Amino acid sequence: MSDAETSSAPALEVRGLVAGFQTERGLLRAVDDLSFSLPRGGTLGLVGESGSGKSVTSLCVMGLLPEPHGRILAGSIRLQGRELVGLPEREWQRLRGAQVAMIFQEPMTSLNPVYSVGAQIGEAVRLHRKVSRRDARARAVELLKLVGIPDPAERVDAYPHQLSGGMRQRVMIAMALSCEPSVLIADEPTTALDVTIQAQILELLRSLQQQLSMSVLLITHDLGVVAHHVARVVVMYAGRLVEEAPVAELFARPLHPYTRGLLRSIPPVGSSRLGEARPRRLPTIEGLVPSLLDLPGGCRFAPRCELREPRCEAEEPVYREIAPGRQVRCHRAEEALS
Amino acid sequence: MPPGRGGALVTAPTLLQAEHLSGYFQVGGGFFRPRKVLRAVDDVSLRVRRGETVGLVGESGCGKSTLGRLLLRLIEPTAGRVAFDGQDLTLLSAEELRRLRRRMQIIFQDPYSSLNPRMSVRDIVGEGLQIHRMVQGRAALEERVAELLQRVGLRPEHRERFPHEFSGGQRQRIGIARALAVQPEFIVCDEPTSALDVSIQAQIVNLLLDLQESLGLSFLLISHDLKVVEFMSHRVAVMYLGRIVETGPTAEVFGRRAHPYTRALFSALPVPDPARRSLRVLVEGDPPSPIDPPAGCAFHPRCPRAQRGRCDVETPRLLEVTGGSGHRVACHFPEE
Ligand SMILES: Nc1ncnc2c1ncn2[C@@H]1O[C@H](COP(=O)(O)OP(=O)(O)OP(=O)(O)O)[C@@H](O)[C@H]1O
Ligand SMILES: Nc1ncnc2c1ncn2[C@@H]1O[C@H](COP(=O)(O)OP(=O)(O)OP(=O)(O)O)[C@@H](O)[C@H]1O
Ligand SMILES: [Mg+2]
Ligand SMILES: [Mg+2]
Repeated sequence: MSDAETSSAPALEVRGLVAGFQTERGLLRAVDDLSFSLPRGGTLGLVGESGSGKSVTSLCVMGLLPEPHGRILAGSIRLQGRELVGLPEREWQRLRGAQVAMIFQEPMTSLNPVYSVGAQIGEAVRLHRKVSRRDARARAVELLKLVGIPDPAERVDAYPHQLSGGMRQRVMIAMALSCEPSVLIADEPTTALDVTIQAQILELLRSLQQQLSMSVLLITHDLGVVAHHVARVVVMYAGRLVEEAPVAELFARPLHPYTRGLLRSIPPVGSSRLGEARPRRLPTIEGLVPSLLDLPGGCRFAPRCELREPRCEAEEPVYREIAPGRQVRCHRAEEALS
Repeated sequence: MPPGRGGALVTAPTLLQAEHLSGYFQVGGGFFRPRKVLRAVDDVSLRVRRGETVGLVGESGCGKSTLGRLLLRLIEPTAGRVAFDGQDLTLLSAEELRRLRRRMQIIFQDPYSSLNPRMSVRDIVGEGLQIHRMVQGRAALEERVAELLQRVGLRPEHRERFPHEFSGGQRQRIGIARALAVQPEFIVCDEPTSALDVSIQAQIVNLLLDLQESLGLSFLLISHDLKVVEFMSHRVAVMYLGRIVETGPTAEVFGRRAHPYTRALFSALPVPDPARRSLRVLVEGDPPSPIDPPAGCAFHPRCPRAQRGRCDVETPRLLEVTGGSGHRVACHFPEE
């Protein structure tokens, strides 16, 4: 997806976001001081360890953090310059779907099992547009076709459980796109899709971005997708930002040891033909992510880091720009740069 | 001596064998509209040996999850039979089937709907252990659950929490821990790492390989991640619209790609390297309908090699590519 044309206010700007959950054992900060900016018409990739706070971030942007346990504790989220933190629910309802829409990581969290998928897409359309039921249904069929569901006129009446995992995911995508939002939060949008349909969906998003100058926050574990479809990448670990870079630089010279570990863990292509030379196991990052209720004093990655030294355990590195366009949170980042 | 993956384990005994298995669904219907038959899985035969991983790949909606469920008799087959360790599953009584369940497990594709929201992680992971009386006493249960959670990269204190308090990838790992808990011999792994970052994915892949080597576990690995399938599988099967269109030792199938659909799949694989953002060849045309499948070869409307009068008329049979290799393809004009 193309780089954004520069414009005064970014499509989405998050500053110092802190959000978490009140649990029986204390406050769990799932997102801790997160900042990023998504340019108009652009795509930002958000990657990071499972459980690092990516979905919680998207729920914050959608005003959908589960109440009363989930709360935004600090920070600001601006959509085209407009502050969203503290917005009353009535206002949210006008924005959600029309201005900012989300493809949820788990389709069944947002699909209702007792309504047909056509009824659900139709309802999403009618929420923001004055169209007849008939037209809403026609639009649903059109959207299902757009996301590559075979036999859309027939499948529009299917219930979610009658569809495959990847078809449900595409229904969600159709719903999110139904009102042509200006900002799309895509949380793992293609995990249930084979690579050919994945490519078609990403192509579809790309063309919508150009037509509607839609901006996309693309959360994904698929580094192949990152490499092909985003311009800039933000990396999270245990609720914190650890690195941000243009995509080519991130792959060529990852500065944070977590990012390096991640890139090393990708299974090789063509491994079955290596014969004896095939690695027996995949490289991993040793150890466990720290508990968010009991974080280490210094760097959150230190307990697993191969470059750990005493100061890493004593003080948390600040997030800083160490080269133009390259931010990182590591005491020893300069060594990786040289 | 662990067998080399990528090549078939020709001598290991068969654990699971499916013959001419089909699973159809009735769909549609209502006022003025006739019910129609959707052929999700159509005449599939498949064998999994002890200690073997068979990878299953194919287009979204082509019937992989349905096949996985049919193999475990979680849904009733329309036709065909499945034998597990010599026992015909379709003939077993409910009680016999229940006892066999411990030996064959599934990691569901959709972790969210497969975890009971009212059960704590301890109960979800520990349920099978208790049903099959695999642990004695509370303390032993606690310990075993903690150990299982740790193996999938979760923390012992997560036992107390409920599914909604987890991230997508954490929930997926709860499902993995649950499947491993009862020490099964065969696991249908349906997209087991789709919600995991690559470092945790690597940890899970290594864990499954460790278990396979030490305990001789067998897996049916359903995944859209061709790199993971290639790394883990001895043999692979490529499915298209309810049927297997190519199968054989992983290195053969992924190396040669005799079926045009297998080729198309690989050409769409995004390589994790921004320098190779090249234009990829995509399959043209709409995905076919399992309700009204194309005549002849189901892939012919989208196939660059299709020939009129042959491919649109005659359904190709799954035939060996070269004698003795076990590499079979269902195509009238396979790639050389
Ligand atoms: N309702 C909740 N109550 C308590 N903790 C929660 C809740 N929802 C999420 N969490 C915790 O917040 C942290 C961040 O979760 P989040 O879903 O944002 O992770 P993620 O980065 O999206 O991970 P994944 O890649 O696995 O989807 C996790 O450690 C999770 O356990
Ligand atoms: N209970 C059901 N009732 C009707 N149709 C069904 C049912 N379950 C599955 N199907 C249909 O069967 C076909 C195969 O679905 P299946 O879930 O097996 O696909 P899949 O290969 O696992 O796809 P994905 O990669 O998207 O998960 C789809 O067309 C689906 O809509
Ligand atoms: Mg998530
Ligand atoms: Mg499936």
